[in-house]
Amino acid sequence: MDGLHTGADDTWEVAGRRFRSRLIVGTGRYKDLEETARAIEASGAEIVTVAVRRVNLSDPKAPMLQDYVDPKRYTYLPNTAGCHTAEEAVRTLRLAREAGGWNLVKLEVLGPPPLLYPDMRATFEAAEALLKDGFQVMVYCNDDPIAAKRLEEMGCCAVMPLGAPIGSGLGIQNPVMIRAIVEQAKVPVLVDAGVGTASDATVAMELGCDAVLMNSAIAHARDPVRMARAMKAAVEAGRLAYLAGRMPKKYAADPSSPLTEGLIR
Amino acid sequence: MTATIAITVNGERREIPAPATVADLLARIGLDPRKVAVERNLEIVPRSTYATTALAAGDRLEIVHFIGGG
Repeated sequence: MDGLHTGADDTWEVAGRRFRSRLIVGTGRYKDLEETARAIEASGAEIVTVAVRRVNLSDPKAPMLQDYVDPKRYTYLPNTAGCHTAEEAVRTLRLAREAGGWNLVKLEVLGPPPLLYPDMRATFEAAEALLKDGFQVMVYCNDDPIAAKRLEEMGCCAVMPLGAPIGSGLGIQNPVMIRAIVEQAKVPVLVDAGVGTASDATVAMELGCDAVLMNSAIAHARDPVRMARAMKAAVEAGRLAYLAGRMPKKYAADPSSPLTEGLIR
Repeated sequence: MTATIAITVNGERREIPAPATVADLLARIGLDPRKVAVERNLEIVPRSTYATTALAAGDRLEIVHFIGGG
């Protein structure tokens, strides 16, 4: 190991694919596609989330995401953002599978604003339909250990509880439940949503998550490319700290310098 | 005189010369078939069949692509 690197052997696997980077980044909300590309590059991410939307028929030659973020270099993870029913989510991802030619997807079925909290009943329904149709489903969910377990047992290839509402930047509000989900899981656990700054990503990794997924924390930073670098370092630091095993917490002082021997009198 | 048919593409009504396939429609709009996915009357049209899938009057098509998202 050298510097911040956790080592080439520290990889994680989802749906039979192996990754070194434990940071998954979104591709939305940037100033332009050029900035999107630079921020993603700086983040070191190997997986990027993407949305599926109608082509703008009045401007068919408009630059497309693929022209800036090469799908051969990055694993595209199509999402179902904006879907509020299972039916919409399944329809969206069937189109995504045809557009991208692969079956690894991020399922999110959301309740209404202002919280956009996961609608778990609709999420279960959509997950079942997608799994039956041969998709590999990484699923955004509540910070609910029972729900996470059920999704895993159904066959979802990763569970992704929220740290806080989407785009809120509030950080990990629920470390105890995230930890509980991590401890019981047999599939990768990712914190998805809620990260606001680098220390939040570190907290998620220190809790034992396999990876962290974020978008706004980078895209809405004053300097997104610099924040992408910060997030890369933060995820690596959190992972290293998790592997290293933190010292126990104590409720009294325990000095590092000897207090009994060799003191000048 | 060329016959035309009316179809709906991404919610917009369009008149196109008939006969026409999905591939013809994409070329007419100016889209790279490798960068989009097409749904016709709620059924996915596999990319390999764009050139052989004929459009009919009243068809409802969705043409989508990947954009930035979280």
